Amino acid sequence: MIPISRNNKNSGHLFPLIQRQILSPPLIIIIPSSKMIHFVLLISRQGKVRLTKWYSPYSQKERSKVIRELSSLILTRAPRLCNFVEWRGFKVVYKRYASLYFCMCINQDDNELEVLEIIHHYVEILDRYFGSVCELDLIFNFHKAYFILDEILIAGELQESSKKTVARLVAAQDSLVEAAKEQANSVSFIISQATK
Amino acid sequence: MGSQGGFGQSKEFLDLIKSIGEARSKAEEDRIVLHEIETLKRRITEPDIPKRKMKEYIIRLVYIEMLGHDAAFGYIHAVKMTHDDSLLLKRTGYLAVTLFLNEDHDLIILIVNTIQKDLKSDNFLVVCAALNAVCRLINEETIPAVLPQVVELLGHSKEAVRKKAVMALHRFHQRSPSSVSHLVSNFRKRLCDNDPGVMGATLCPLFDLVSVDVSTYKDLVVSFVSILKQVAERRLPKAYDYHQMPAPFIQIKLLKILALLGNGDKQASGQMYTVVGDIMRKSDTTSNIGNAILYECICCVASIFPNTKLLEAAADAISKFLKSDSHNLKYMGIDALGRLIKISPDIAEQHQLAVIDCLEDPDDTLKRKTFELLYKMTKSSNVEVIVDRMIEYMININDNHYKTDIASRCVELAEQFAPSNHWFIQTMNKVFEHAGDLVNIKVAHNLMRLIAEGFGEDDDTADSQLRSSAVDSYLRIVGEPKLPSAFLQVICWVLGEYGTADGKYSASYITGKLCDVAEAHSSDDTVKAYAVTALMKIYSFEIAAGRQVDVLPECQSLIEDLSASSSTDLQQRAYELQAVIRLDAQALENILPLDASCEDIEVDKGLSFLNSYVQQSLENGAQPYIPESARSGVLNISNLRSHDQHETSGHALRFEAYELPKPAMPTITPASILPSTELVPVPEPSYMREIHQTPAVPSSSHSGSAELKLRLDGVQKKWGKPTYSSPVQSTSNSDSQKTNNGAAQPEASGSIKQKARDVSHDVKRQEVEVPSEKQRLAASLFGGAFKSEKRQPAAGNRGAPKANNNSTENSHITKGATSSEPTTVKTTPTQPPPDLLDFGESTVTSSAPSMDPFMQLEGLVDVTQDGSAVNSGSVASKASDFMSLYGEMSGSVPSNLVDPLSTDSIVVNTSSDLLNASNNFDHGASVVAQPPQSTNKGPNLKDALQKDALVRQMGVTPTNQNPNLFRDLLG
Repeated sequence: MIPISRNNKNSGHLFPLIQRQILSPPLIIIIPSSKMIHFVLLISRQGKVRLTKWYSPYSQKERSKVIRELSSLILTRAPRLCNFVEWRGFKVVYKRYASLYFCMCINQDDNELEVLEIIHHYVEILDRYFGSVCELDLIFNFHKAYFILDEILIAGELQESSKKTVARLVAAQDSLVEAAKEQANSVSFIISQATK
Repeated sequence: MGSQGGFGQSKEFLDLIKSIGEARSKAEEDRIVLHEIETLKRRITEPDIPKRKMKEYIIRLVYIEMLGHDAAFGYIHAVKMTHDDSLLLKRTGYLAVTLFLNEDHDLIILIVNTIQKDLKSDNFLVVCAALNAVCRLINEETIPAVLPQVVELLGHSKEAVRKKAVMALHRFHQRSPSSVSHLVSNFRKRLCDNDPGVMGATLCPLFDLVSVDVSTYKDLVVSFVSILKQVAERRLPKAYDYHQMPAPFIQIKLLKILALLGNGDKQASGQMYTVVGDIMRKSDTTSNIGNAILYECICCVASIFPNTKLLEAAADAISKFLKSDSHNLKYMGIDALGRLIKISPDIAEQHQLAVIDCLEDPDDTLKRKTFELLYKMTKSSNVEVIVDRMIEYMININDNHYKTDIASRCVELAEQFAPSNHWFIQTMNKVFEHAGDLVNIKVAHNLMRLIAEGFGEDDDTADSQLRSSAVDSYLRIVGEPKLPSAFLQVICWVLGEYGTADGKYSASYITGKLCDVAEAHSSDDTVKAYAVTALMKIYSFEIAAGRQVDVLPECQSLIEDLSASSSTDLQQRAYELQAVIRLDAQALENILPLDASCEDIEVDKGLSFLNSYVQQSLENGAQPYIPESARSGVLNISNLRSHDQHETSGHALRFEAYELPKPAMPTITPASILPSTELVPVPEPSYMREIHQTPAVPSSSHSGSAELKLRLDGVQKKWGKPTYSSPVQSTSNSDSQKTNNGAAQPEASGSIKQKARDVSHDVKRQEVEVPSEKQRLAASLFGGAFKSEKRQPAAGNRGAPKANNNSTENSHITKGATSSEPTTVKTTPTQPPPDLLDFGESTVTSSAPSMDPFMQLEGLVDVTQDGSAVNSGSVASKASDFMSLYGEMSGSVPSNLVDPLSTDSIVVNTSSDLLNASNNFDHGASVVAQPPQSTNKGPNLKDALQKDALVRQMGVTPTNQNPNLFRDLLG
């Protein structure tokens, strides 16, 4: 408690060895993981959540908190500023498309510009898939957006950088879905409508 | 596809989405969702739901979960859906579980079986869906269940499956590296996959593997380089192009890997130069992705073995970034600058203006990044400007996370580069005032130590000036509301120790202030404890000085309050205070000597002073000491120990670690209680052991003299640790504190045991310190060898304390140096020409208050050498710093290879050497320094960084303003 000195009164060496340890980097890394993207967040300009994908474990409570913090942080930023914000020792890269903000949370030492382009890559694929995508497409077909995202990112890493390949895979899945849907339409859909 | 309802959802669902979309407030949205949850809960448990309907329910569950509500009631249905045969439903099921469940969820065990089955499916889409789930859901326990199948899928005919299998293995590796360590070779194989997508995916696990263990992947450098080359030459299918760039994401990943592989490896780096250079040349700086690649190239160049050409290209790229209008690019530029500055420190200076612009930018992100850069380039000449800026910024932000961050950076820089102690204290005051609860308590202890020890010169006037200024500033501050606890502790300690020292303030004034502190922070026991101890010190100083003490009524009531406090620590302090003020001047002088917190302690390791006592006891028939290991029966000490431990554990409400040994009796009364005080062993096992090991302490020592021991105990408690936080630190501190005060006077044998404990403890500490002591010496000896060029003042100064600290070896040098110091100080300033003398410091100080950007630049980037602002009034010690700098430079400038600092500072130089050296440098500077700015600045920056790195490595903080180096030079 009380400062002491051991034979260093004259040495001018004022600080103990221990202090180095005190000043270890104060970053609180919540998840010690090498993964690149911790979560993907789509929020509207009004702060409404359009899509969330968590690659690191967060409880439902933490998720709400993260969304709240980030929307107040990002939605209030003026245009023409950086597309990055520092947040709790991480960096959140965001980009606004019309009224929708795409956000991805990455580690301190990741390449922000690259992540910015991953966002754009995703948007371009969505655009190709929906045909001039707008926020409404994502509102009503958020599960589609999830399927597409799953083809681009896996466990927080970029798995496929070719738009064509992603589009082909999603289309292959959809064709099966369409086939199944026709089947469904014929029987159960009618029943369900009838029983409603 | 229409935007609404294109996929056959029911009207009900569409209505839900619409109503949520139209909700005006969060509350309204919540209401709608809660209603929806009720509906779903009811519906989903109905029997015989058509599968299609069920799928929609699951999607609705996903929706409400996405909106932040709990859909746990439906998880099991999502799990059930993964069992379905139809891909449509299965896929939805998998999507839902990957969104719902974390990998430690109980339900996962129910999915594993399905996943196993699906991984064997002949429909590759089913396999893909299962692999997606594998990546998300399989945890360490369940890896073995799916691992064989995933490995098998690495050879699947569909590239999409192979790719996902690679990613799944990567995920396993992240989860539990040991589980897949035997499969690592598969990643190497997949690197040669025909499909670029699979190859690209393989780079993710390889990046992880390389970052863990570089050496085993050096053989892949050739492969990576050739892949990168092919990618850059557009050999990959067009489909991988992105905005006219060939497979940029793969390029970036490869560059990241190469940066790791080439780090510190000249040979490996040599293979990369061409391709990295090519990519930098070709990169398209108009597109974002082009800049992303360029940035990655800079990172790579900064990481691999330096190559001049590439560094130039990187510097060019950075200046383009910084000159750009885009904030993003500026940000990247600042970041890249921070990386490159480690290698070529002089590049910062070209961008001074840009850096200042970024610092002034309204964009917080950019500002913070710039602070990070400044932090990296801080040195003693610019520390004032930088830290002032940081504090100014710190005061105005609310983000506690970042506030902590920047506060500790301020503290770190201030401790490392402080130009003067006065400045240091002012700076610390500011940091404490605004972020005191966020910084580490040890910072406060360091501050106290600095005030106690002063400049480290034998200049008592300077020390007392420092203390008076500290006291002044604290008396000003202390009345302010909401001061953080740590800061109040410092204030109380300093006021107690030095409040009345210069006679400026009366004891009653100081004690009044202290009482105010204690009253204003009645909920903070630690602060109160500090305040009481401070009061005690003030009073005893007064009594010892022969003055009449009248305890203020408010102090009296405070003491009475505290003696009934629920905290035993406070109680004890209060009682001690009451006892102490009744003692006479003579006794108090011994208990609480004035300004004794810094007294040195001679540690007698062998405890030889006990020999006669032991001898005497043996002659009187005492049992000889038996080492613990040689004892068979349980001795009564250990009995006592266990008893004591039992007792301590009886205090149910105490959660903190070991405390100092304390007598059971709160009051200090004559000899009757003494034996018990004596016998209470320290409730710390290691303590006990050490007592046993010291041969000179027989277990019978509690027959020792009563009075003296008693007194010492009292001292110990008074000076003992006033807080419970950071127990380890405080134990040792207060221990030696106790010895400081107690041992300052030669004590009789009564204090033997007490001392023995202290000593053993001290010894322990010392032993711990030895290796780092050595390291420091080594650093001071060889630290220069790492540097190719000159050193800067602070770095030079750092060498000296190291040498000095190793007192056994270097004491004679130090002594010699000390004696010759006065002459040095007088002669040196006149020697070098004034323009060279002005090495930035004076300009900085003068520029600090003004807001002229150019002046600030000088402070920040250290534009020195403009001979205009010679401040010949600058303190002699400063001048001596410069001299030492020149002394070192003179050796290093011509050779440019080895910094002979080590020899300079340790091997004694004559003063004429030094003078020669500085003269040499004059010539050297005129010849070598073309332009003078860059040569002088650059190395300084570099040194600052290297020093910082070294410092981190060593765990040592250098201090500035230390004239010892100079003494060494001249000694």
